[in-house]
Amino acid sequence: MNGPATDTPASTAADVSPEALLASIDAARGQGLAAVAAAATSDELAQVESTLFGRKAALGQIKQGLGSLPPDQRATVGRALNEAQQDLRAAHAEAADELAASARREQLQREWLDLTETPPGPERGHLHLVTQTTERLEDVFVGMGFTVSEGPQAETDWYNFEALNLPAAHPARSMWDTLYLDLGERTELGDGEGGEASNVVLRTHTSPVQIRVMEVQPPPIYTICPGRVFRRDTADASHMPVFHQIEGLVVDRGIAFADLAGTLEEFTSAYFGKAISSRLRPSYFPFTEPSAEFDITCVICEGAGCQTCQRTGWIELGGCGMVHPNVLANCGIDFEEWTGFAFGFGIDRLALMRHGIDDLRDMYTNDIRFLSQF
Amino acid sequence: MKVLLSWLREFAPIEGDPAELADHLSDLGMAVEEMRMLPPLDGVVVARVAGLRPHPEADRIQLVDVELPGATGEGTGGALQVCCGAFNMSVGDMVPFATVGTTMPGGLVIGERRMRGQLSQGMCCSAAELELGADAEGIMILPSEFELGAPLMSQLGLAGDVLYDLEVNPNRPDAMSVAGVARDLAARLGVPFRIPAPVVSETGEDVSTVASVEIIDADLCGRFGVRVIRDVSIGQSPLWMQARLTLCGMRPINSVVDVSNYVMLELGTPNHTYDLALVPGGHLGTRRSAGGERLVTLDGSEREMLRGDGLIVDRDDRPIGISGVMGGENTEIGDSTTAVLLELAWWDRLSISRTSQRLGLRSEASMRFERGTDHELVPIALDRFCELLDRVTPGGVSVCRGRLDGRGDLPPTTRVRVRPARMSHLLGRRFSSDELRGLLDPIGLQCTESDDAAPRGAEPDDGALEVTIPSFRPDVVTETDVAEEVARHYGYQRLGRTVPRSPEPGRLTPAQRLRRDLRRVLVGAGLSEDMPNPFLAPDAVRQAGIDGADPVRLLNPLATEESVLRPSLLPGLIAAAAYNSSHRNDSVSLFEIGVVFGPPPAGDADTAAADTSAAAVLPTETEHLGAIWADGEAADAVHLTELIATAFGLRFSLTNANDLDGMHPVRAAQVLLDGQAVGVVGEVDPVVCERHGLLQRCAWLQVNVEPLLAAASAAAERPYRLVSTYPSSDIDLAFAVPDGVQASQVRSTLVASGGDELRSVDLFDIYRGDQMDPGTRSLAYRLRLQADDRTLTDEQVADIRQRCIDAVEHAHSAVLR
Repeated sequence: MNGPATDTPASTAADVSPEALLASIDAARGQGLAAVAAAATSDELAQVESTLFGRKAALGQIKQGLGSLPPDQRATVGRALNEAQQDLRAAHAEAADELAASARREQLQREWLDLTETPPGPERGHLHLVTQTTERLEDVFVGMGFTVSEGPQAETDWYNFEALNLPAAHPARSMWDTLYLDLGERTELGDGEGGEASNVVLRTHTSPVQIRVMEVQPPPIYTICPGRVFRRDTADASHMPVFHQIEGLVVDRGIAFADLAGTLEEFTSAYFGKAISSRLRPSYFPFTEPSAEFDITCVICEGAGCQTCQRTGWIELGGCGMVHPNVLANCGIDFEEWTGFAFGFGIDRLALMRHGIDDLRDMYTNDIRFLSQF
Repeated sequence: MKVLLSWLREFAPIEGDPAELADHLSDLGMAVEEMRMLPPLDGVVVARVAGLRPHPEADRIQLVDVELPGATGEGTGGALQVCCGAFNMSVGDMVPFATVGTTMPGGLVIGERRMRGQLSQGMCCSAAELELGADAEGIMILPSEFELGAPLMSQLGLAGDVLYDLEVNPNRPDAMSVAGVARDLAARLGVPFRIPAPVVSETGEDVSTVASVEIIDADLCGRFGVRVIRDVSIGQSPLWMQARLTLCGMRPINSVVDVSNYVMLELGTPNHTYDLALVPGGHLGTRRSAGGERLVTLDGSEREMLRGDGLIVDRDDRPIGISGVMGGENTEIGDSTTAVLLELAWWDRLSISRTSQRLGLRSEASMRFERGTDHELVPIALDRFCELLDRVTPGGVSVCRGRLDGRGDLPPTTRVRVRPARMSHLLGRRFSSDELRGLLDPIGLQCTESDDAAPRGAEPDDGALEVTIPSFRPDVVTETDVAEEVARHYGYQRLGRTVPRSPEPGRLTPAQRLRRDLRRVLVGAGLSEDMPNPFLAPDAVRQAGIDGADPVRLLNPLATEESVLRPSLLPGLIAAAAYNSSHRNDSVSLFEIGVVFGPPPAGDADTAAADTSAAAVLPTETEHLGAIWADGEAADAVHLTELIATAFGLRFSLTNANDLDGMHPVRAAQVLLDGQAVGVVGEVDPVVCERHGLLQRCAWLQVNVEPLLAAASAAAERPYRLVSTYPSSDIDLAFAVPDGVQASQVRSTLVASGGDELRSVDLFDIYRGDQMDPGTRSLAYRLRLQADDRTLTDEQVADIRQRCIDAVEHAHSAVLR
């Protein structure tokens, strides 16, 4: 199309000298750049775009007129024209990017959020300290090659006492204040004398589990028995009628007292840390012989002596000893061939010690303000 | 058991640092609970009362002129002046006097001060103030032969003494005496031990002319020794004896009682004294009661005997004492007593234990008899009593010639065959015969070479010893008991430490592992674990709406509030929720995994009576999971079942149920696993909530743990199902369903009719309202369809859709909307 445009100097058919064309290219370039710079939004820039490029645009019209120039001049003007067009395209692309980025910035700004004003979401609950402590203990012993055994909480007199070398009139029975169950109606089915039900007790220790294990499992036995135990004790800061114990039992060929001492030492440093060690002192339990008291370095002062350990540097943890031959015999185990050791201590007290809790009863109020601390 | 170092030294030359001795005692199994170095009390000296004057300003205190060599003061004639609140002393009395600057045992520092205007230049002391006796009322009056101005403690023979408080195990009757402790300690220290032979000068008539003994029940009394002492004058025992008794925890009474207690502490031989004049013919008999006999004991209480209790009876078979427990009031020693009939017996341990426990009379004597006393000490202890009473009685006493020595059934001497190889096996260290002898002989376990060649058991018999157990160690009966003695005296700490290894790896069972997982699922769901008391008041069970159960009762509960075993976790958990609510935490979510109890399994009456196996006799124990949401709704509990199902790869189904114990009448369902009821879910009966002061709704879930974990354990092995690579299609179906039809039933029908291509069914909308017919609601389900091996065509999708619609409409009187 040769029709002259009317609104730019370059389009005046009258002046088609190369000088004039170069001048109008320069002018169109200047105007175009100004228009791009003036566009404040992507929409405005889109409008500007249609005036810059295409055949109706100023540079487009000049390009159409190039054909009438002599070849030597056409090259010069054409080069200038291309340069002007490239400048405009670059300026336009840059402006388009900038405008898009700023639009996104504005959009994101509108999404501003104070993250600290988030209302509370779902909460996690808490495991009871006794559970946490029991699991930690189990993990240590499992690591040492032990299995975990369980048994009923209500037990016959046989499992709780007799099989453990505590026959009926044994004075040492008074070491445990025992809770008995009243299963009276059943007893009447028997000889009618009544009182037989009194031979069902709430287990006073988890030792009956040891008996049950030995009855069914031939040695070697390496097991622990954690669980709930019961005593007829009035609740106070250090006693509860219902509390938790963990006992261990090893029966194997050639098991000696030295194995007991070594196992307890390994447990002590695994559970309490390298700074804490163990010692054994002679003691008495009907179901072990020799029997020992099991002390550990005071975990508060690490042996230096403090109020907790009454300045001895040691705290008493539990009892232990070599399984009494009568106990093995009661379970049908030949005590000449097999020997064993057993130990036991309280779980609750370990939880108290770990967290500096003074009163055992606090652990059993079920107050969420207590439970949620651990 | 309290022992004084100075007293121990009367039996063995025990030397060394008191703290090291304490370590030895503990290491020997006599744990030192307290070690007290007796205060030197250097500032407390022997002084003489030179004068007594009234205080010009006060009635309750008087002024004492105290004579002390080298000291002058404000008193009459240059004596020290002391204000004193006691009035028991006379001029010329020797008294303990705390000089200015002395620190008293209680920490008080004596200073010069004025009381009501009068200067006090020290303090005259009572026995209690010096912690040497119980008497706090009067000033201690010292023997006149005490050296004026000398330190009190050295005059009392207590200077530098150490008091050990020992914890003695029930299997150490020998350690219930000063002599026994000394024997053990001497053996450890390698020094000789010996009980000095008492010296008695017998000046009276032959004892058999004034007293007689008859053991009627020989199984009750193994030995009954008697002596008679005349010319007794009851008075105070000397201060050294009072001080020892006081320090060892006994209250000084009078010379006879004090000597009796002194002999018991020293030799572990409880004894009893009668006023000879009150025992007709001096005859003492002993027998078991037939029951029903009555006796007023020394403490003034009337006691009724049961069949089998041991009695001391007089010539007329009248009870005058309870064997080994307490004497009778009717023959008690009094101020006018001049002749003492002394009993020193050996009793059957179990009899004494039974009677003393039943009567609640646990005395120092019964404690020793229960553990077992040494019958061979009977003559020595009788003589020691006479020797001491003679020494502490001014002018001496007259002891009748000879002893009566009645014999009943005594335990035979125990001989134990001890194999060095067995000792080594048990203790983990090699012991030779000679080493064993070296450890056992000093504590009275006499070793001889065994001539019994017959090997026993698995251990080699080389170098076996025959060990004769002394009468003071009734607890040592077997070879293993001897092993403990070897270990004790070798030193527990010196035995090595080895760690045995299980041939099997340690592990938890699948159920134990899954139970841990279950707890963590619950914690992740926001529930906290509580541990309520498993003991309940019978009323608490009813309050929680548990009407169906007859809870197992305790025979000897501490309190009615703790007299039954929980038949359900609900009472404990709702009480815990209520506790928190009352402490302004209204919306706690709590769980517990614990045992609930029921009556023993019912068998038919005939076989049940005969079946005494543990399983038949014991109450049933079932492990439950209980979860409560205070201020929660049924949906909370249902969601948890879904969470548990997802966690363990299970699928529960719920069946609405109307009359579950403790549950909301119309917001409750049974939880089924593979068609078996394993629990309940829903809301707690609002009446139950109100009874606990909970005004909000409470959601509740209870699941039987064992079948849950068993199913979880099986599901843990489920095979992988290939994830399909073909596209899926979703279709939405909304039905108008009558309220009587459970949504879960509709769902089951959809699952059953959808076929293998139906991959999921989600109930995404429930609508009740104007646009629905009364008694119906709209249930909208989104079904996702997908095949493993092809893309489903539109026709196939339409087929499945129609199949599902037909099935639901047909099965549930539902209508597609």
